[in-house]
Order: sequence, then structure tokens, then C-alpha cells
Amino acid sequence: MKYESQGVAKLYFIAAIALFVGQILFGVTMGLQYVMGDFLFPEIPFNVARMVHTNLLIVWLLFGFMGSAYFLVPEEAERELFSPMLAKVMFWIFLVAGALTILGYLLVPYARLAELTMNDLLPTMGREFLEQPTITKIGIVIVALAFIFNIGMTVLTGRKTVINLVLLTGLVGLAVFFLFSFYNPDNLVLDKYFWWFVVHLWVEGVWELIMASLLAYVLIKVTGVDREVIEKWLYIIIAMALISGLVGTGHHFFWIGTAAYWQWLGSIFSALEPIPFFMMTLFAFNVVNKRRRDHPNKAAVLWALGTAVMAFLGAGVWGFLHTLAPVNFYTHGTQITAAHGHMAFYGAYVMVVLTMISYSMPLMRGQKAANETAQKIEIRSFWIMTLSMVAITLLLTGAGVMQVYLQRYAEDALPFMVVQDELAIFYWLREVAGLAFLTGLFMYIYSFFAKGKEVADVA
Amino acid sequence: MRETFTKGMARNIYYGGAVFFFLVLIGLTVDTVNRLPATDNRENLTEEVAAGKRLWEINNCIGCHTLLGEGAYFAPELGNVYTRFGESTEAIKAFIKFRPVDGIEGRRSMPQFNLTDEELEELAQFLKYVDGIKTARDWPPNIQG
Repeated sequence: MKYESQGVAKLYFIAAIALFVGQILFGVTMGLQYVMGDFLFPEIPFNVARMVHTNLLIVWLLFGFMGSAYFLVPEEAERELFSPMLAKVMFWIFLVAGALTILGYLLVPYARLAELTMNDLLPTMGREFLEQPTITKIGIVIVALAFIFNIGMTVLTGRKTVINLVLLTGLVGLAVFFLFSFYNPDNLVLDKYFWWFVVHLWVEGVWELIMASLLAYVLIKVTGVDREVIEKWLYIIIAMALISGLVGTGHHFFWIGTAAYWQWLGSIFSALEPIPFFMMTLFAFNVVNKRRRDHPNKAAVLWALGTAVMAFLGAGVWGFLHTLAPVNFYTHGTQITAAHGHMAFYGAYVMVVLTMISYSMPLMRGQKAANETAQKIEIRSFWIMTLSMVAITLLLTGAGVMQVYLQRYAEDALPFMVVQDELAIFYWLREVAGLAFLTGLFMYIYSFFAKGKEVADVA
Repeated sequence: MRETFTKGMARNIYYGGAVFFFLVLIGLTVDTVNRLPATDNRENLTEEVAAGKRLWEINNCIGCHTLLGEGAYFAPELGNVYTRFGESTEAIKAFIKFRPVDGIEGRRSMPQFNLTDEELEELAQFLKYVDGIKTARDWPPNIQG
């Protein structure tokens, strides 16, 4: 760690991992509710568990992105963070606001929460992933602005690297597109159309800029490959991400009452969306093969390669699977979507944050890399979590194919709930895979505390 | 990558591509919004429907159901529930009204939201309005949603 202020990242990463545990606990709860419908009913109905599951994911990824930025930006800019104090204050504000929101979901009925937070003044609640009370949304904007100010001042007054500028662009985009969450017209079609300006332009747009820059940073650090080469890759990857992803938003506009031409535009452009992810995989393996040093942090290298591969599979391949309009006609809103969502989020965003944590945590703890035992456990947790996620994805895909056939394709289509009963075996196995994932996560956390032989300093 | 392909070229593709396709998206958005009156059933978007949408939101219905295919996959699609329930808002209202407070043993069950008769009517009218939205190819594929 070159600059003392990089250390604020540690707070963010610890919070991120703690919330990650919460996310998975609610995930396995929901998984069980899929097959034992009355589990925890009516105390924690499915909709509440799901809201907690998805909102915790978003919040902990944001903590992860912010922590990553605080670690990476000073080093790239070759100066201390503009204001470490502001970073710490914003951390506590964000954590308390996030915790209160989650407690609100769990402790009072959602309609009561809407009333308590005066949703009527500016109704924004109750839309998927944007369930936060309006007041929380305003808090998110304030935290994001303070964060971007802090990072922006550091970037602009320091050395301007491509990584820093791309990361900053991604973060500004994240904040700007979030503003669409305040637009909630009564007209459902309009509401849905612009809802995607947050959701799609985040995960298939500006978040890819953040992801690619984090990955590029870690790869420079662990391989020692020339910055010029890595920056060229970075530009071309994010170019493809935006060229395909912006109009690719159209794959969400097939069946929501918007013009029919979106079926063509959405299909064509979103069919290109796997390209940046494929390039990311080529990029990662290419630079690791051309590495000029063997970094002692083997776990971080594995996470970086894993991110590229799993993002390509989850976001690229599983996205393509159902993105063409004639296919999507049958698969839209089925377990196929759930399968894609799980692997894409894990592969792209969860893993890139864990890559950053894996690389930076030892440095913030005064080591070059975690000790040998700790790395061994971390690597094992990588495989358990990743393979569990592959299993979850395959099982949900199986469930989805069967659901599509029975409920949408067959001559005598069956009602939704009848079909769900037929899928029970897939859901049970998915629950087992979910518990395996949770085990891997606990092992991952244990790796931070494991004692063992220090790594040889070959870097 | 080859030497002939420089970082400057990669950067220009990024900036050029991003700006161009962002403008394309804005253009398409303007066009899409202009065409909406033909499909979005706005003629039936009454005060009552708007109130129903708010109820749909503050009870987090999307946390279990899909609406035009978007939402959670735990409970049935509701974009065509009006058709599926025999074009009867009464049937929709009765279904919501008579959910058991403690659920159904071993089964998924919709919570009891304790809505007033007026609220039930608003919610049912909202679902009827959604059913009237003209989706491409008349999605969903069949009545089961």
C-alpha cells in the first residue's frame, strides 16, 4: 500500500462481506420457500425475503465498488485521497441508512414503511430493485455525490491514468442513471421503459466500465504487464460494451407495450453483448500468460481469471441464450431469467469485487499476500462458491426449460402453480447448491483469520 | 494486440461509439415515447387505475409476481390476470380478499393485505388496465401467463 489513505477501503470491504453473508442467508431462505411455501410465513413472506436478498446485493456491491475506488484511485493518481475523513463519514452514513432500510423491510409491513417514509410525497417505492423508500434513495444520491466528489478531486488533481478516468466515468454514470429511479409515472409502459434506464444501463452499461477498470488494475498489479497494452484492451472492451449495450437495452422492450421494432434492434444489439465479455476473457488470460512476474498472491490471480470466465458465461452466454426475441417470447419472466441473473451478477460483479478484496486486503494488513494456508482456503472457497453458482444456474435453467414447455409451449398449457409443483426437484437441488455456496462463503471469511507460513517474497 | 492498432485508435472507438450509440438510444427513446399512445392503453388510465398502481407498489406485489414478465417468478404473471379470471374484476377482488392470514400449510400463499373494498376495486381496475396494454405479439404466449 503506497498511500495511507487507501486504507479507508478496508472499512468498505468489511461491510461489503458482512452484507454479502446477509444476502446469501436470505437467498437460501427464499430457496426453501420455493419448495416449502409456508416457511416463515407470514413473518417473512417471499416478497420481503427477495427484497432483502436483492437490495443487500446492490448495497454490498456499491460498498465494494466504493472501497475498490478508494483503494485504487490514490495509487493510480499518485497522491493521497482528497479527503479520507469524508470517505469515513460517508461510510457510516451509508451503512446506517442501509441497515435502517433493511430493518424497515423486515420489521414493518411494506405498506406501513411507505406510509412512515411519506412515499406519497414522491412515490418511488415498490418497483423491482428500486424498493428503497424515497428518503433512502435521496440518501444514496447524497452519498454517491460526496463519493464522486472525493474520488473526482483525487483523480483530477493527480496523475490521470486511463484506469482512473474509465472508473470515474463509470461511477458518474452510475449516479446519473440512478436519477431515473425518481421518475415513476402512472403510465405503466412509460414506468417500465425508464425503469430500465437505471437497471439495464447500470448492469449492462456503466457497471461494465467499473468492472473492466478494476480488472485492468488488478491485472497490471499481479502480472506486471505493460500499462500501454492493458489500457488498449480496456478501451476496446468498454467500447464494445457500450456499442452493444446501449441499444441492447432494447431486449427489455420486446413485450412491455413498446414499438415492435425493438424486437429487431434489441435482438441484434444484445446478440453483440457477449463480445466485450469474451474479450475480457481473452484479455485476462493473455496478460496472465505474458506476466513478467509471479505475484505471491495466487488467490487474487485466480479471482481475476475467474471473473473474466464467469462473467462471459453468466452475462454473455446465459444472456444470449434468451435474448433473441423469438426465444424470449417464450422465456421472458421464467426461471431462465433467474438462472441468467444469478450467474451474471456473481460472475461479473460479485467476483470482480472479491478480486479487488483479494488483492488489496493483504496489502492493507501489511502483507504482500495472505499466508499460504489462508490462500489455500481462499482458493478452495473460490471453487466451492463458483461451482455452486454453476450448479444453481444449471438447475434453474433446467427448471426454466421445463417451465417454458409446460406453461407456455405445450398444447395443453398448465397453470403456473401446477407447473411450479412439477419443478420441485430442481428447486430442492438448487437449495442444496445454495447451502454449498453459503459454506464456501463462510470458508472465504475464515481465510482472513487463518494462520500459516508467510508467502515467499518473489515479487 | 498488434502494434498497428494503437491505444489512440481504441480510445477513439470508445468515445465515438459511446457518444454515437447514446444518441441513437435517445433518438429511439423519443420515437418510442411518441408511438406509445397507440399501445399503452392510456385512454383507460383513470384516477382509480393510478391509485391501483400505487397500491400495487406499496404492497410490493412485484416481489412475488411478474407484470408483463418483469418481477419475481414466485407467483403467477398478472399482466393477463383479468383475461385469465374470465374478465371479472370481482373474481380478482375476491381472490385477494380471501387469502388466509396464516397461509396454507406447506404451500405458497399470498399474504392477507387487509385492503378496503375501495382499494380492492382500485387494484382490480389497475390490473384490468394492464391487461389492456397492447403488447407485441400479444404477449404472454397463452392464457397461463
